[in-house]
Amino acid sequence: MKSNVITVMKKEFTRFFMDRRMVLTTLLMPGIMIYLLYSFMGQGFVSSHEDYQARVCVQNLPESIEAMAAQGEAIVFSEISGEQEREQAVKELEEGEEGYDLVAVFPEGFEEQVAAYDMSAGGQAPAVELYYNSANTDSQSAYSILLEVLDTYESSLANKFDVNPGENVYDLATEEDMSVQIFSMMVPMLLMVFLFSGCMAIAPESIAGEKERGTIATLLVTPMKRSHLALGKIVSLSVIAILCGFSSFVGTMLSLPKLMGGEVSINANVYGIQDYLMLLLVILSTALVIVALVSIVSAYAKNVKEATSWVTPIMIVSMLLGVTSMVDSLCMTEPVWFLIPLYNSAQCMSGIFSLEADMVNIAVTVVANICYAGVGVFVLTKMFDSEKVMFSK
Amino acid sequence: MKELLQVQNVKKTFKISAKQQKIQKTKERIKVAVDHLSFTAYQGEVFGLLGSNGAGKTTTLRMMAALITPDEGDVVVDGTSVVKSPAEVRGKIGFLTSELKLEEFFTPNYLFDFFAELHGVEKEAAVKRKRELFEKFQISQFAEVKVANLSTGMKQKVSLVISIVHDPDIIIFDEPTNGLDVLTARVVTDFLLELKEQGKTIVVSTHIFSLIEKICDRVGIIIDGKMAVCDTLEHLTAGKSLEERFFDIYAERAGESYEK
Ligand SMILES: Nc1ncnc2c1ncn2[C@@H]1O[C@H](COP(=O)(O)OP(=O)(O)OP(=O)(O)O)[C@@H](O)[C@H]1O
Ligand SMILES: [Mg+2]
Repeated sequence: MKSNVITVMKKEFTRFFMDRRMVLTTLLMPGIMIYLLYSFMGQGFVSSHEDYQARVCVQNLPESIEAMAAQGEAIVFSEISGEQEREQAVKELEEGEEGYDLVAVFPEGFEEQVAAYDMSAGGQAPAVELYYNSANTDSQSAYSILLEVLDTYESSLANKFDVNPGENVYDLATEEDMSVQIFSMMVPMLLMVFLFSGCMAIAPESIAGEKERGTIATLLVTPMKRSHLALGKIVSLSVIAILCGFSSFVGTMLSLPKLMGGEVSINANVYGIQDYLMLLLVILSTALVIVALVSIVSAYAKNVKEATSWVTPIMIVSMLLGVTSMVDSLCMTEPVWFLIPLYNSAQCMSGIFSLEADMVNIAVTVVANICYAGVGVFVLTKMFDSEKVMFSK
Repeated sequence: MKELLQVQNVKKTFKISAKQQKIQKTKERIKVAVDHLSFTAYQGEVFGLLGSNGAGKTTTLRMMAALITPDEGDVVVDGTSVVKSPAEVRGKIGFLTSELKLEEFFTPNYLFDFFAELHGVEKEAAVKRKRELFEKFQISQFAEVKVANLSTGMKQKVSLVISIVHDPDIIIFDEPTNGLDVLTARVVTDFLLELKEQGKTIVVSTHIFSLIEKICDRVGIIIDGKMAVCDTLEHLTAGKSLEERFFDIYAERAGESYEK
């Protein structure tokens, strides 16, 4: 009666796909929401910074600096004089009052002082004070804009050589490199989260829910093998979890360029067919592991609520494991490390995206994950068989 | 008469969790739910298991259906032991527990097909059987309505029908009329009598005297997990009503435990 696995799977699929609300809320909505959210956020970044002008309150503004700043049209200066006015301006900035983004104080006769200053003779170099509030985005921007002007000024003083003059393209990073970097940093963690949340939306409902409502007993009185029930549930739930994860993933990928303010276009064409194939294998095996894990927890729980609350800490741990791919010192290359579930998935995905995939490690990961999922099916079978777990009071 | 179903000296204990200890206001760690209980159901007869709340009816029936394993003793269902081959026993019986519920999202039609497949019923046989059963119990018009939208009585009927998709010879029903109004309870009673006419062997548990009087050939009264009496309905009542006899026996038992 091998077909019982199929029968169980068919029922799980029917349950999910015939329920319009379920499909909408767990399959379509996350992807659409993420897309809209990121797109709006990106829009916000762009519009607020395009024609931003820093309002700088300045004491003893040197002409050369004024002239230099005028070219960029990014700074509006208002001059103040005297100790008192300066203190007043700094205080206002500190208290977060609207008015100025930054207070700059040049020493009197700044230009002469700079000209007279001899580095080899030692002594105090003329100092410029910039007061700003890093917690305020406008103030922070003003700070960087002015700093840039000052930098340019400083290098113009001792112009012995130029770095990257003119209009040439000097940044040799291609679109390809950018994509690779962004993908390999963000995607492993995102995918992990998406797979988990897809799984959270369905597995507790499908297993703890059946227990809670008593419908699991209907299944258990049939002569069906418990292993078939466990296998059928885990495989079908994995497929649904992957679809949910995929929806969120597409939403992210489509909106990521917008989030980056349109400066970076992400190009997934960098990857070849093998990369996608490897990725697919890794994701499939990861989904199996996650679903097995969540299913076992759900089978122990008395109801859906309990199951969800138990799964949440596991999800947080897996997110942390997903982040390991961003930290170089946590990226191991020996195959042994790839026996650690979830960590191995994050590392593999990061490797594939940075085009440095190691075949051996990927093989280890996929095989190990399938083994873990197998163990999961076995444990779940034992749980379905256990009257203590299924009929506990 | 063939002894189709033999419950042989079964015992079942449960460990009581700290939480349950509080709820049940007991300090005991272990609850003896069924205590060396035996009875036999004969082919073509209806056996009634009568007992108050917590007497151990559900536990006994679950052991008979191979959902839980007895600590001691055995149940032999048509020659098959529940301890040795539980899966085989499950295939031979139709079981309806009082806590059995149907998944609300599905239609009777879908659920029937689903369980027929799990029971390994051939496609054609399943179609034929579905038509028969749905017609007989007036489910046909509701076959495509989600269980969530059915009335309680209709849900119970669908549950009953689905528990016998595979046309088992032995049928075990736990409190089949529990929580039903008189009209729906009547439908269930008729259903059971119909099955009896077809020559099925039926075991029902209940605390409702009238149900036993209406359909049972043989009665066992369970008190505190033990079989107090077990006899044919005629012998047991001996002219009195079942209710009177039950309280007589109950008083006797209570007296016994009082003396101890
Ligand atoms: N899984 C379990 N864990 C702990 N105790 C249990 C369990 N199942 C049953 N019991 C206890 O065993 C005793 C018998 O329970 P059972 O459900 O068999 O009674 P019943 O005759 O069916 O009663 P009811 O009329 O309430 O359905 C009760 O005291 C009950 O609390
Ligand atoms: Mg009961």
